[in-house]
Amino acid sequence: MTDRPTDLPPDTPPPHNDLILAVARDRDRVAFGALFGHFAPRLKAYLMRLGADSATAEELVQEVMVMVWRRAETFDPGQANASTWIYTIARNKRIDSLRRQRRPEIDPDDPALVPDEPVAADRTVELAQQGARLRAALAQLPPEQADLLRLAYFEDLPHSAIAAKRNLPLGTVKSRLRLAMDRLRRLLKDDAL
Amino acid sequence: MMPPCHHPDEGLLLDYASGHLAEPIALIVATHLALCPRCRSQVATFEALGGALLEEAPPEPVSADCLKSLFARLDDPRCGAAETPSDNGADDARSATITVPAGFAAAVGGADTDTIMVPQPLRSYLEAPLARLDWHSVYPGIDEVRLDAGGQGPFTTRLLRLRGGTKTPRHSHRGTEMTLVLNGAYLDELGRFARGDFVGYDGTVDHRPHAESGGDCLCLTVTDAPLRLTGRIGRLLDPFIHF
Repeated sequence: MTDRPTDLPPDTPPPHNDLILAVARDRDRVAFGALFGHFAPRLKAYLMRLGADSATAEELVQEVMVMVWRRAETFDPGQANASTWIYTIARNKRIDSLRRQRRPEIDPDDPALVPDEPVAADRTVELAQQGARLRAALAQLPPEQADLLRLAYFEDLPHSAIAAKRNLPLGTVKSRLRLAMDRLRRLLKDDAL
Repeated sequence: MMPPCHHPDEGLLLDYASGHLAEPIALIVATHLALCPRCRSQVATFEALGGALLEEAPPEPVSADCLKSLFARLDDPRCGAAETPSDNGADDARSATITVPAGFAAAVGGADTDTIMVPQPLRSYLEAPLARLDWHSVYPGIDEVRLDAGGQGPFTTRLLRLRGGTKTPRHSHRGTEMTLVLNGAYLDELGRFARGDFVGYDGTVDHRPHAESGGDCLCLTVTDAPLRLTGRIGRLLDPFIHF
C-alpha cells in the first residue's frame, strides 16, 4: 500500500488518503511512517507559527499523530481529504493543549442535527484533488487577500484582531475575506467542471 | 423544518474553522452549524483551506528521535484501544442526562421547553434536561440560565426563555451579543428570528425584541458586556439591572 505506482507523474502528491486507510486496515507502520515523514514537519511549522516553542510543538505533533493512528478507522475520504482531516485534528489538539479549552463541535449522529442535502455523487475523487486545486487557487489570489487568509490560520487571532494589528478597518478585512472566498469557491467550481 | 435565514458572517465561520474563537462563541457557532447545512458546508471549505495551507507550510524539521518515541507511544497498549467519545471533548456524563422523548421530532416547533430538542454541542453543556435547569426570572416573562462555557474571557453564556408574546425592555449593547434561536421565534427591528437563526448585535442596534405569541421562545446568547437599557423607564433602572 505504501509503494507508489510508478506511472504517476513526478509531481503527483503521495496518496495520503491511501496511507491513512492502510493504517486503519492493517495498522501498517510503514504507511504510518510515511504519513509522519510528510505531515510531522508541516504540523510542527503550523504549531510553531501559532506560538509553540520547538519542544512543545514536537510534543503536540506526536499527540496529533497518535490521534491519526487511533482514529484512522474514522477517516472518511468521502468527507475530507487527508490533509484536511489531519489539519482539523491538529487544530483541536492545539485548542485542548495550548488554550486549555474545549472545542465545541457538532455530532454528525445527533438526531437534532438538520441533515445535509443528499449528495448525488461520491466526492472522494473531488476531495482528493481539492487540496492541489485550493493551493493553485491560492496562488492566483491578489496578494493582500492570500496574505489575509494565511494570517487567519497562522496567527492566534480572530479576524477582527488581525484587522486591528494590520491597521485595517474591520470592514476592509471582512470584504477582502469575502472576495477571497468567492474567488476560491469559483476557482474550485471551474476546475471541477 | 425551514433552514435558517440568518447566519454568522463569513469571518466568524473562518475563525471557527481556524480554531481562533473563544469557547463560548465557538459553542454558539457550532450549535448553529448543527441546524444549518449551508454554514456547515462553508466551514468544510474553510477546513479544506486549512488543510491546503498546512500542505504549503515550509516544513520545520523534527528531531531524529521524534518518530522513534512516537512508535514507542503506539506500542503502549492504551494506544491500540478504540477511541472513546470523551476524547472528543464531549462530556458523556452530562450529555447522557438529556433523554430525547419519543415522537420528539414531530413536537419541535410548537412544543414547550421540556420537549425541545437541543442540538449538540449545546446539549453537553447543560447540566440537566431543560425543564430541570436552574431557571430564574430576570424580567416579567423572561427566565435565564447561565451556562458554564469555559471560564476565561469576558463572556456570559445563557439560555433565555421568553414566554410567548413577551416584550423585552428596549435595550442596546455595551459590547456584542450573539443570539441563536432554538425554539419559537421573536421579532425586532432587524427582522424575525426562528429556530436555527443566528444574529449578532452591537452598540449600533437599539431594539426591543418580542416573542411571537404561542410557545416559548428559547435562545442561546453570548454577550461580552452587559446590555444597556435604553427605554424611558429602563434608562432609570439600567444601573441596577444586569442582564
